[in-house]
Amino acid sequence: MALDFSQIIPALPGLADGMLLTLKLLVMAVLGGVVLGTLLALARLSDNVLLSRLAKWYVNYFRSIPLLLVISWFYLVVPMVLSWITGDLTPVGAFTSCLVAFVMFEAAYFSEIVRAGIQSISRGQINAAYALGMSYGQAMRLVILPQAFRKMMPLLLQQSIILFQDTSLVYAVGLMDFLNTARSKGDVVGLPHEFLLFAGAVYFVISFGASQWVKRLQKRFAV
Amino acid sequence: MNYHWDWGIFFKSTGVGSEIYLNWFVSGLGWTIAVALAGWIIALALGSVLGVMRTLPGKLLPTIATTYVELFRNVPLLVQLFIWYFLVPDLLPTPLEMWFKQGISPATSAYLSVVVCLGLFTAARVCEQVRTGIQALPRGQNNAALAMGFSTAQTYRFVLLPQAFRIIIPPLTSEFLNIFKNSSVASLIGLMELLAQTKQTAEFSANIFEAFTLATLIYFVLNMSLMGFMAWVEKRVRIPGMMGGSK
Repeated sequence: MALDFSQIIPALPGLADGMLLTLKLLVMAVLGGVVLGTLLALARLSDNVLLSRLAKWYVNYFRSIPLLLVISWFYLVVPMVLSWITGDLTPVGAFTSCLVAFVMFEAAYFSEIVRAGIQSISRGQINAAYALGMSYGQAMRLVILPQAFRKMMPLLLQQSIILFQDTSLVYAVGLMDFLNTARSKGDVVGLPHEFLLFAGAVYFVISFGASQWVKRLQKRFAV
Repeated sequence: MNYHWDWGIFFKSTGVGSEIYLNWFVSGLGWTIAVALAGWIIALALGSVLGVMRTLPGKLLPTIATTYVELFRNVPLLVQLFIWYFLVPDLLPTPLEMWFKQGISPATSAYLSVVVCLGLFTAARVCEQVRTGIQALPRGQNNAALAMGFSTAQTYRFVLLPQAFRIIIPPLTSEFLNIFKNSSVASLIGLMELLAQTKQTAEFSANIFEAFTLATLIYFVLNMSLMGFMAWVEKRVRIPGMMGGSK
């Protein structure tokens, strides 16, 4: 089997569009996931038993099912739920339903990282904040979370790299991300193998490069 | 929008033969377990060898193992699956290629691809756990074994590995659970495992919520049972007086 990579060059603009969608999904999912994950972690650590238990269930639930199941489910369910809420049929694209799936799924993983981060901050910090007359919100926002996020940055980035690879699962609902674009372009020109290998190489270079960078960061952040 | 709730759907006929929807779920679960267990055997065997290689003295063997880990950890699972399912068969010698494409049923060829894919993918993760386990042991263990005249192979066989494997049971458990969850990618190459059967039920019956709720429940119970099983294993093999073994 002879490989012919020459056809990839004319396909590059299309592939770049696919990568753009992958990165857009990644950035939005990470931001949404970290915000929701932080709220979950705060709920988990709160003194309110009900809130804490709900957060625990949420995390356990999403961590015991496959991401692909969530993506497939939300693809069918999100438009339906939205139409119940708004009353009329609003067609949402695959992108929105995938984004919701990623945010909700990844929030469970991010929340565990954030929780560990918050717990690693010594209790004296929050006591000191209270002693200065800060409210719970102020103590968290101004004292605890800034320190916790600094500590857990490498882990959050590592999780984001995993998420970057996992975005390829949107293939299941036909979203034209980088992998899916490469597959379809490869099929069109009749060179599926070359395009698949190229896609794999690109994912590798980005993930590997990013994780080496995170490793360096980790060393620099180490106290 | 009208949604017709019907929790009895699982006992209704699928319209295909004399099957009810529940039969689909049972058969799907069977495939999921078959994929995960076979993949796990490969992952555990290969991952252990690679993990040991990473801790060996010298340059060549650790480098090979490190390269393997980086390669399999930084390429998305789905890309790896497509490579095993679409690309690798074309690289095989012709008789083997014909056998893979025509000699066996589509379900079998998909099964073989996904087992190899998940096995090799998970091996990279198992390798890292095994390496961590070995490196977590005090250096004195290795030195004492060598001082007693053990060869390197004997040191690993009788001293390092029996301890390392006990330490890493918790992280290995999570990899073991992951391989069950990851086996759902098999649905994308047409293997009718649990997720694929769920999607099919959702499409046939239009009872999306019920179908996915049952699938979620099955994955959840599967997870819990596996965790319970691994906790039991951990307790069984615990060395009294070591690492929380006094309990």
